[in-house]
Formats: sequence, C-alpha cells, structure tokens
Amino acid sequence: MRRVYLDHSATTPVRKEVYQAMIPYLTEKFGNPSSVHWFGREIRKDVDEARERVANALNAESKEIYFTSGGTEADNIAILGTAYALQDKGKHLITSAIEHHASLDACKALEKQGFEITVLPVDEHGMVNPADLEAALREDTILVTIMHANNEVGTVQPIQEMASIAHQHGVRFHVDAVQSVGSLPVDVQDFGVDLLSISGHKIYGPKGVGALYVAKGTKLANISHGGAQERNLRPGTENVPGIIGLATALELAVKEQQETYQHLVPLRDKLIQGLTAFPDVTLNGHPEHRLPGNVNVSISRVEGEALILSLDMAGIAVSSGSACTSGSLDPSHVLMAMGLDHQTAHGSLRLTLGKSTTEEDIDYVLSVVPGIIERLRKMSPVKKNRED
Amino acid sequence: MYTEKVMDHFQNPRNVGEIEDANGVGEVGNMKCGDIMKLYIKVEGDVIQDIKFQTFGCGAAIATSSMITELVKGLPLDQAVEVSNRQVAEALGGLPPVKMHCSNLAADALKAAIEDYKKRNEQAN
Repeated sequence: MRRVYLDHSATTPVRKEVYQAMIPYLTEKFGNPSSVHWFGREIRKDVDEARERVANALNAESKEIYFTSGGTEADNIAILGTAYALQDKGKHLITSAIEHHASLDACKALEKQGFEITVLPVDEHGMVNPADLEAALREDTILVTIMHANNEVGTVQPIQEMASIAHQHGVRFHVDAVQSVGSLPVDVQDFGVDLLSISGHKIYGPKGVGALYVAKGTKLANISHGGAQERNLRPGTENVPGIIGLATALELAVKEQQETYQHLVPLRDKLIQGLTAFPDVTLNGHPEHRLPGNVNVSISRVEGEALILSLDMAGIAVSSGSACTSGSLDPSHVLMAMGLDHQTAHGSLRLTLGKSTTEEDIDYVLSVVPGIIERLRKMSPVKKNRED
Repeated sequence: MYTEKVMDHFQNPRNVGEIEDANGVGEVGNMKCGDIMKLYIKVEGDVIQDIKFQTFGCGAAIATSSMITELVKGLPLDQAVEVSNRQVAEALGGLPPVKMHCSNLAADALKAAIEDYKKRNEQAN
C-alpha cells in the first residue's frame, strides 16, 4: 500500500547526515563531557562546537545557547525560570490562547503558585493583535511568551513587533520557535527576543533534545537541580548524541530554509485548494501568514478521529484537533480560541508536509479524501446547517 | 489502540442508515464532546425486527453503534433493554479506557429508542 506521511508537525524522521554525525557518539565517543580525562575532554570540545554551530544558525553567541531535553523543557525553563528569577519585581505574565501546552501548562502551574496570567485572545485566523499585548502590559509584568508559528493551524505571529512592544515596557519576551525554525527565517537578533525555544525532532533531528537561547544578561532561576551542566541551568549529563544531532540538523535546516519553503508552499497551496473545493470543507488558520507545510481544514458533519482512522487505512498519516485526539473531552483549545463551533473543531484535520512530500502524494490524498468524506457523512446523523 | 473487532465494525459498519417507518428513535450524545448517536428501531410483536444507526463520532462511537445493532436485532424488547454499554464494549473486545465514558453510548441510544417506542405505543392505545 502507498504510504504518505503528512504529520511532520508531530515529528520528522532523522535525516541521514544527522544520523551519521550521531553514530560515533553512540559508540566509541561515549565519554562524559564533565570528565577530566581524555575520553571526556574530547567530548567536551565536540559539545562546545555543537553549541557554536547552534548559535551561528540562530545568529546568537555560543554562551547564549543551552541544550535541553526538547522544546517542552526549553519552554518550561524560559517561563518558570523567568518567573522564579523575577518574582520580586512582579508576578504577572502574558501569553496567548493558542500556545502549545508546554507554555500554557507552565503558565497554569505558575497561576497555582500565586502568579497572574493574562491570556491574549486571537482572531478567527489565530492571530494575536499586538494592540492587545500593549494594553495587557502592566507595571508588574515580567514576561511575555508567544509562539512564532502555531503547531495546529500554522498561523505565524508578528514576533518582532510584539517583542518590541514588550521591550518598550521593559518586559522580557520569550518565543517558542519549535514549529517555525527551518521553515521560516528565525534570527534572534532580527526578532529582538530574550528567550527562544527550539526542538530537534521537528527539523529532522533526534527526539529528546532541544535548545533554549538566552540573551546575554537574561537572568533565569534553574527549575531542576543536580549538577553544573549547562552552566547550572539544566543539570544532568548532556545528551551528547542528541546535541550533536540537533546541531547538525539545525545547521542543515537553516541552510536549506528557503529551499524548503519553495518546495512546500506550492504543495501546501495545491492541497488547500483541492480540499476546500470539496463541499463544506473550510480552511483553518491564516490564509497568508501560515507555515509553508501546514494545512488545517474542517470537514463539516464528520468527526476528526474517524477521518484519521479512515485515512490511515488508506496509508495516509495525519492528525486532528478533535476531542478524541486532544486527550481530553474538549476539542483543540487552538480551534476553540479561534471561535470555531464544536462541530467544526471536532471535524478538523491537520496535514503537515515535509521534505519528502511530493506532488504525487498530494494527488493521492485528494483522490482518497472525497470517498472518505462521503462515507462518513452518509453515516452521520448531523444534517447540514445543524448548529450546536 | 483499537481491537481488530472495533476496526472491523468501523470499516464495515452493520446496519447503517435510517428506517423510514421506524416506530422508535433514540438520539444521545452532544456536539460538545463530539459524539452523536441516533438509533432507529422497527418493533413488531415486542421484538426488534429491524434496527439501523447514524453516528457522528470517533471510531469507538461508530463501532459501538454498529455492534449494538448486531447484538439486539431479533431480540425481544425486555432483553434488548438489558444490554449495557459495558457489554457492547466487551463484545468489541474492549475499548481504550478513555473511550469508555465518552464514546460508549450505544446502549443509551437503544434505551432511548425503546422508550420512544413505548411512548408512541401508549399514545396510540
């Protein structure tokens, strides 16, 4: 059976160059970078070199890069680390309604500890209005955390503008760039942000590794304890193979970013046009400001998990924001924040394209989808124009 | 995550559709949680002669709807009404725990259809 992987926002395969760069660190280069002896010293050099490569790719300085266990940990260190470091200055943080749970749940945890969180709304396309940020900033605000590109609907936020607004008020800005790096230009100087999170496995690198950019002079409290690694900010023996893999993957992703963009956009647009040409299929997310590989549509009168299972049987791997796949009883918080009704949110389908995606893949998806929609709609008691 | 039996009923659901001259109809679930099941029954002589379903929902919702139609077709009402959601799930070889409470509503839909049938009968008499 033909297999088409359209879930690149969930994870990507490790590319060959990355895998090859990692192999020595899984075998003979096994030393602990903290060791004094030769086995460790050699590895320390390589980890520092990887840090330099990550810094260069993001236009940062080497000492501004901290390796983490992934995007989630990077977000947690940025948010909790700021809160604990600056709580004497204030206890107010600002985020948006469509953040990844890594950020949202970190904020919720702070709320339980007596911090105050303002959650900025988004418009029907999932865009935060910079004017809302301006209005939400207070004397006691210590951090603004907003993602660059949304993982579900692909909407891209005006990070530069919002970082500049925060800075005019003397407030620190963190951006989660996990989904955008490699797809869009990500440059910490250009963004003017203080903290930026990335992850390895979204850019054809390994799972279990990420990095946090921390601009010089940005004070953070450490949220875990146990050693002097990563200058005390992220204790624990370094994931050396992961770090080498992340550096290699990031270097390649940034070098090939434009090429990736050019490859993905026409395929994305063909898929969007093809899907929305079917009756009662609508695009979710921004029509223009969106990730080059993101397609998110709602198919009315059918439920997302049923769509995923049906597509899976046809060899097509996708995801959905329906309650069944969100791990809770509610559909995706992102789609709900954009004002979608429950039915539309439950019938959402996310298809995320990647390096290996071809036009034949898109044609195949478009040939399979109508039959699936028809079959599920026939089974559905929900008639056109039902609202609840 | 789903048993083979669930996938079979999802892929080849039994008794899908409407019964035009149904004498009992039951609908349960709501759009908020993303599951709506509608069961149509045709009762003759206190026996479910025909049963059909329409479902908006996930794989578990569709499979449980399909399964209950198989379980109760031809059963007398007093036996059919005893079938529980748990029995439907067991007949499918089990459901993932998270689906047990949200998508496992087929027996409730059947009870609603039987109640509807009884109400119509009372009114007719």
